[in-house]
Order: sequence, then structure tokens, then C-alpha cells
Amino acid sequence: MQLNDEVELLRKVALLAGIEPAKLKLLAFTSQRINFDSGQSLMRQGEIGDAAYLILSGEADILVDAGGGPVRVASVGRNGFVGEMAILRDEPRTATVTAITDVSTLKITKESFFQLIEDSPKIAIELMRILAKRLETTTIDLTGARARLRAAGMEEN
Amino acid sequence: MEPSIFRYIWRYSRSSQLVVLALVAASLPFYFLMLDLPRAIVNGPIQGAGFESPDATAVFLGFSLSIPGFLQEMFGTAKWTLFEGFKLVRESYLLALSCGLLTLVAINGIFKLQINTLKGRMGERVLRRLRYQLFDRILRFPSSHVRKVRQAEVASMVKDEVEPLGGFIGDAFVQPAFLGGQAITALVFIMIQNLWLGLVAGAIVLVQAFIIPMLRRRILELGRQRQLAARHLAGRVGEVVEGALEIHAHDTSHYERAEITGRLGHIFRLRFEIYRRKFRVKFLNNILAQITPFIFYSVGGYFAIKGRMDIGQLVAALVAYKELPTPVKELIDWDQQRLDVQIKYESIISQFNPEGMIAPELQDPDLYDDTPLEGMLTAIRVTLADEIGVKLLDGVSFAFDVRSHVAIIGPVNAGQEYLGLVLARLAIPSGGKLSLGGRDMALMPEAITGRRISYAGNDSVLFARSVRENMLYGLMHRPLTEPVIKDENPKHEAMERREIMRSGNSRFDLRADWIDYAAAGAQGPYDIENQISAALDTVMMGEDVYNLGLRGSINADEHSLLTENILQARKVLLEMLQLPEYAALVEPFDPERYNQNATLSENLLFGTAVGGAFATAGLMDNDYFQSVMEQTGLTPVLIRMGHSIAETMIELFSGIAPGHPFFDQFSFIAADELQDYQEILNRAARLDLEFLPLHDRRRLAALTLDYSEARHRLGLMDKALEQRILTARRVFAAGLPDSYRGAIEFYDPAKYNSAATLLDNILFGRVIYGQAEAQSRIGELINGVVEQLNLRWEIFRVGLNFNVGARGRFLTSIQRQKLALAKAILKRPDLLVVSDAISLLDLSSQQQIMHNIKQHCQGRGLIWIGGQPDICKNFDQVLVIEDGKIVEQGKYEDLSRNGGHLPQLLAVG
Repeated sequence: MQLNDEVELLRKVALLAGIEPAKLKLLAFTSQRINFDSGQSLMRQGEIGDAAYLILSGEADILVDAGGGPVRVASVGRNGFVGEMAILRDEPRTATVTAITDVSTLKITKESFFQLIEDSPKIAIELMRILAKRLETTTIDLTGARARLRAAGMEEN
Repeated sequence: MEPSIFRYIWRYSRSSQLVVLALVAASLPFYFLMLDLPRAIVNGPIQGAGFESPDATAVFLGFSLSIPGFLQEMFGTAKWTLFEGFKLVRESYLLALSCGLLTLVAINGIFKLQINTLKGRMGERVLRRLRYQLFDRILRFPSSHVRKVRQAEVASMVKDEVEPLGGFIGDAFVQPAFLGGQAITALVFIMIQNLWLGLVAGAIVLVQAFIIPMLRRRILELGRQRQLAARHLAGRVGEVVEGALEIHAHDTSHYERAEITGRLGHIFRLRFEIYRRKFRVKFLNNILAQITPFIFYSVGGYFAIKGRMDIGQLVAALVAYKELPTPVKELIDWDQQRLDVQIKYESIISQFNPEGMIAPELQDPDLYDDTPLEGMLTAIRVTLADEIGVKLLDGVSFAFDVRSHVAIIGPVNAGQEYLGLVLARLAIPSGGKLSLGGRDMALMPEAITGRRISYAGNDSVLFARSVRENMLYGLMHRPLTEPVIKDENPKHEAMERREIMRSGNSRFDLRADWIDYAAAGAQGPYDIENQISAALDTVMMGEDVYNLGLRGSINADEHSLLTENILQARKVLLEMLQLPEYAALVEPFDPERYNQNATLSENLLFGTAVGGAFATAGLMDNDYFQSVMEQTGLTPVLIRMGHSIAETMIELFSGIAPGHPFFDQFSFIAADELQDYQEILNRAARLDLEFLPLHDRRRLAALTLDYSEARHRLGLMDKALEQRILTARRVFAAGLPDSYRGAIEFYDPAKYNSAATLLDNILFGRVIYGQAEAQSRIGELINGVVEQLNLRWEIFRVGLNFNVGARGRFLTSIQRQKLALAKAILKRPDLLVVSDAISLLDLSSQQQIMHNIKQHCQGRGLIWIGGQPDICKNFDQVLVIEDGKIVEQGKYEDLSRNGGHLPQLLAVG
């Protein structure tokens, strides 16, 4: 696949919508195309991460191990963006992402990612929106979980 | 060291100085004769005195002694003629005297040559000694001082600032004697001709000799300030270079520019002031020098007219006077140099004379004895203060068996690192006493502490040598064999030894084998690598060194067995890559195929460049490469391709700030060249590509060299072009001129490539882009092959040759820590102090290494400082330090239950 085809693909990613083609081209040029076979992991929980992945095709599971073995918490498909937390915070990965079909990705390094945000504040806003959405989901989940625990009379108080 | 440079010079070169001074004294009579001869020439043959009759002759070279009156009766004559001489007529006499003058000039020249040669050698010897002594002092600096000094300044003092001293050393005594002797001889000579002229000349010389140096004194003071300012500038520049990251991190580059501007301004003012004063002095000097001839011509001429002086005397006085300014001026210069050098010497000496220097006796190499350290290690109120009196350790007392394993723990910055330094005798307590087996540790020679005790800190320094040499560094205390001297000229060798003695340098020969194999538990050179390997494994560094070996290269001629094995590994790997699970990982080099994952120039050359001739940077300018491009018709294709790359690069990178890492990582065009390429594109828009200037065309074509379709995906390659490049590859190899034979190692499936790494030789291809985990899977594959063929040890040995770079900068910071620790354990010390030495590693590696080290130190002492507090449960003894004081000592079982300091630390940690 040539650079220009990749740019076409990138234009269809929600997060990158509205960004001028030249910037997308730079993003594509400074990023590596990486293919994962079904069953291979894009990242593993606890590892130090230096890149995020934009999924161009295929599907992957997000697994979290809280001590009792990996639990599937979500799945991502085309246009999904994973691993950005680790490069924003320089912390170990909080989840494992494993391909369940053959997955084609664009590996976006920390430098490319920050360059992109610097160039296009729109992305930063979009990113905030996504993170806020996630926080909301997590909060709702947490509240629900607490309520269930209370109902079961297990929460200490 | 001697406070005055004169005393220093005299002390170390007395006998040579006396020899030269004697030579100077011997030269002065000849100098006098040389001055006197012009008088004889003018008065005799030229003016005709003694040649009144045409056939008169004069005696040349006659030599007789006047006999004093009271002895004349005894000899019966007033003159004792030793040599009758030659009787010569007027013209011959003139010629003879002139030749005599020439001979005297030559004799004086030879004297000067001899004196200068001896002076030079003397100066170099003392300079060598001075540098050696300064270096010796650096080796004896107390650790507190070492932390304080700026390395660049000390190094520049040893290197540059002593240099002018060297020039002066030879002159120190000889110059005043020689020049003063000449000046006085000339003055006396003038006085003999005419007292008055002599007195005038003497008076002016005195004025020059006193007033001018006085004026110059201020210049010297300024010169000293200039030197100081320059040294600070050097120190500052060094600091900036070291702190470059800080500067970028805080955008303080302009502050630094302003700071340096201020310093340069200060230096400018000093230098300009020096110039002004210098030229003023010069002006005065010239005036004084010109007044004398005026007096000589007028007064001397007057005397000659009146007949109170003959013409010969006047001419001789003038010649003598002409000789006078040179020695006087040089004497004045000498005096200035003397002050200058004295100041420099003092400023250097003061830097090399810190308080608490390690006494030379402590470094006596002969004070080693074989008995292991044993007994109690006892501290009684040990205190360590820094230079401003802050107590880093405050009355520390404890006692434990030196063979026990002790953990020292405490909160951050409680002084544990200083305790580590004191225990390894790397810092000497400023108060209290530390004794080992009843001996005061402060008085133990380094020959014992440096061999029986080992220390690894968290910033141990590695030298720019190989891993092997860094490991062995801790075993090289003194030469253990006679030096191996290969086909040296014995005369040269003897002279070298003599010079070493004369300048008081080290008597130890670097060419001997210094390695104390026994200390590491090895028999000799052949099995020391086993010990090195074991030590590296103890700190979990063996794998790292093996990997360095994979990335190292070897010369096929010197390692024929290993290269054969590597070729075998290449074959085995190639077979494994055929298996379906490893398909699409590596694209092997195939002489008949274009390698999609290699760059265009790699495909073209199909080899590794050796040296600069075929390096990518200048490849397009290489004449042979050019001719191949022309011959295969590739030139216009590459130019078109380069044009297209340039367009894309300018589109992508124009908006990026120069200095952004993207340029290094991704761009084909450096930030500062973007503009040039933009201009080339502008020109290309008006002209056809083929009409562009040659330089432009080459620059465009050069962009294609690093292009790889798989990686860059600009869609510039097609099958047809690949075929043409394959043709060019064949043409290039077939026609390679002999002069370029050594400049490239071709990829040959059946041959080892000495210019490439071991890894590349095994892989013999390029990793295919875009495969997840390709690197680690290939790593596993190669490890498998290496195990199968049993190559691990040999590759590890290649890794030992890896040069770690200055301060080990070619290693990761974790590798640096591990290597430093491995170095410390290789000599199997009786007491090992590990002070925060593996702080950068992850916790489980720290745990593992600690257990390995404890194992390694069984039956010998170990002091462990730093790490998680709970590690102390593995140790015999625990010392808890807080705020520079030991607050608890005991067994872990007792301390952890007593509700004291240890449980608190454990709770926080």
C-alpha cells in the first residue's frame, strides 16, 4: 500500500477528520504500517509503551488483568485508536490488546503523536472528548458496581 | 611543591644548568674577540696602521704571553712567544682578519646552538616532570576535592597552561647569564674604547632595564586576569556542553549566549588594555634605542675629529653598540616572562595543593601483603564534614565482623552513600576513627584497600575502552611480568629508560602484563575470560554482552573458525526461514534479486562500504559510481526520482521547526538544506531536468540512495526500474577498478563480510517492514541457531571487545551500572561495598542480583546500601541510618519487632 492510499484511509478515521491532507501525509510518513496476525498482541499490560496504534482494518480485544487472569473489557475495530494513554502519561500499559482477526495498524510514535497535536488543536479537542467519554463510562460503571456491591452487603463502610 | 618556580627548576635540573652555565662562560671570550676584530680590521689593513711601507707585513695568529716584571729576569724576556704566527702583507692580512671574523661568528653560532639544544632538553625534562607531578597530585586528591574541581580546567592546566613554563625552564638561569654576559662584555668593550661613550651606553641600558619592566608590571597583572578569565570561559563552555539538555529543556540558550557575551566582553577589555600598554612600552623602547646612535655619531664623531679616539675604535664601539640592544631587550623579555611564569606557576600550584591530599606513602605499591582482611570493622564516633562544615556523617559508631553481610538502610539522603565511601576508604573521616582488625583504616595503604576492598557506587565511571579492559581495570595494580619489548632498538630503549629516570616519571612499564589473574581466581590470560563471564552473569549482564557481540564485527582473516561457524549459522537460519511460521520475516540478500526492504544504494552496491569512497554521503560524487550510472543509463531516472522525493519532503517538512527529531529520523533532506532544495525545484520548474546544473542534478539523484519502497511507500519503484538497478549492480561489480577493491565488501552468500556485524552476517538479508514483533521473533530464531551451533561463547567474546565509549556512553545507563558492579566483584574482594549501585534496574532484577552477589560473597564481607528496605532481612546485620547518625544496629529479627526505626522504614518502603 502506498502512502497516498494510507492518507485516504486516515481521512476516514473519526479522530482525524477535518485535518488537512498534508498533515495526514506527514503522520502516515512518520508512522510505520504494522500487521498483526490473529492472536498476536499489539501491546501487553504492564509494559512500557512508546506508541499508539490506529487500527486500519481487523478487530482486536482489550483485556485487563486485575489479578485474576485477563478479562475482556471491550473490543476495537476499524478506526479504533488504542494505546494513547501510555504515550500521554509515560506509564506502563493498562491493558492488553490482542488481535482476534488479522489486524493492520498504523503505529504512531510518541513524537509523531505530539507533533500532530501541536499542529492541530482540533485533535487535542477530539482527544479530550474521547477521554471525557471514557471517564463518563468508567464513572457510570463504577457507580453501578458500587451499587451492586452495596446491594450484596459487601462494601465496607 | 616548591613555592617558587626558580627553586623548582633548580632542584630538578641543577647539574644540567651548571653544564650550560659553564658553556656560557666559555663562550664569552670569543664574543669579546668578535667585537674587537672590527677595530683591528679598520685600523690595520684598511687605514694602514703598521703598513706605512709597501712591503710591510703583520703577524697573524701570533700568540705570546706577557711575563710580569718580577719574573722577567728569570725568563730573560718580557714576552713568551708560544706561536710565531704568519707574516702577511696588507691585502692578505685584511682577508685573513675578515676570515677570522667569519670564523668567530661561526664559533659563537655553534656555542649558541649547543646552549640552546641543551636548554631545550633540560626544559622538556623538567616540563615532563612537572606534568607528571601534577598528574600524580590529581591521583592523590581527596575525594571531596575531586567532586569540586572542574575536570576541563584541571585537564587544561596539565595540558596547556604548563606549556609556557616548559619554554621558560631552560631559560630560567641560562638566559640571564648568557645575555647578561654578552651585554656586560659589550659594555666593557665600549668602555675600553672610550669611557664616556661606555658610560652613556650604560646609562641608557639602565634606563631601559628599569623603567620598561616597571611599565610592564601592570601588563602582567592584566595578563594574569586574562588567563583567569579565559580559564573560567573554558570551564563555562564545558559546563554548557555538559548541560545542553538542561538548556533546551528550559529554553535558556539566550541566557547562556548573554552570559558568554559578558565573559567575552571582559576578556576583550583585558586584551585591548594589554595591547594598548604593550605598544606604548614598545614606543618608548624604540625612542631610547634610537637616542644612543645619535649620541655615538655626534659625540663619538667629535672625539674622532679631535683625535681622542681613532676611527677603528669608533667603528668597533658602534658595532658593539649595535649588538647591545638585542641582549638587553631579550633580558627585559626574560624578566617579563619570569614574572609571568611565576604567576602562572603559583596559580597552577595552588590548584594542585588541596587540603587533605593523600600522602604518597599510602600509595606505595610495595606495601601490599597477602593476608586477607579479618577481624572487626569498628567505627568510633566517625564524622565526615563537607568543605563548608556540614556534617554528612555525625558521630557514627558501630562494630561488626568484616566477613559478615551487612545492610545499611535509611530514608533518602540520610548519609548512607557517605558511609559507603568511608567504609571503602574512599573518603577519610574528618573526625573519629574507623578501624579494621585493629588497624586504623585512615593509615591503610591503597595497595591493600584498593585490592582487598571493592566499591561500586551508582555513578561509577567507565573508561573509553572495551568491556574486557573495563572489567580487568580493577586487577591492574602493578606490572606482574617483565615487559614484552618487540623489535625495539636497544639504544632507543636505554635512552627512554634514562629519560624516565631523569624526569622522575613512573618506573612501571605499560607494556608489561599488569593483570592480577590470581586475584580473580584465574590461572592466566587463557582462562580469565571464564571469570569475567561469571562476574557478568552474577550481575545479569552476560546476555547484554552477548548482544553487543552480535552487533560487533570481526576481521575474517583473524577469526577464520568463527567466520566459518557464522556462515554455517547463516545457512541454518536460511533453512528455518523457509518454514511457514517464519515466512515473511526476513528478505535474504540474493545477487539475482532486488531486495525490497533494503535501500536503493544497498541494492546497487550490493555490499558494505569500507571507508569513505562508497559511503552514502559522497556516493554520487564518486567517479566510478558516476560512470556506472552513466553507462547503465540510470542517471536521468535517479534525477527524476530524486525530484519527486524532494517535492514530497518539502511538502511534508517545510512546516516543521528545524531541530525537530523528525528531520533526523524521517526526512531525506536536513532542515538547513530544505531551502537549497526548494531553489533547485524552482530552477527545475523553469528548465528541463537534464539542463539543470550538474551540481543540482547530483544533489537530486543523491536523495534516492536511502530510498526503500517498503519503508517509504512513495510509489517510486517499479519492476522495470528494479531490473535496471540489478543490471547496474552487475556492471558495478564487474568493472570495479583495483584501486577501489578495498573500498567495498560485496554481499556474497558463501563469504563472510568483515565490514558487517555478526548479526548482519547471520541474517544476510533485511528484516521485512511492517511485521509485528519481527525483531523479537528474529532474535529468538537467531538465539536458537547460535545455541544449536554452540557459538554463544565466541560471540560473547566478541562482545567483550565492544568499546563502551567515553564514560560508557555507548551502553545504556542500566548496562553501565551492571558493568561497574561486575568490575567490582571480579577481583573477589574481602569486603565489597555496594552503594546504590543497581538503582536503575527494576525491582525483580535488583532482588536477583542481590541474591547472586550474596552468593558470590559467601565467606567474605558485603555491605549493601540502598534498595528497598525489606531486603535487609537477608543480611546478618542491619544498620539503620538517619540524618547522618546510626540509630539502630542489630539482627533483622530483633529490629523488626522492637517498634523502633526499622519497622517504620519497612512500613513506608
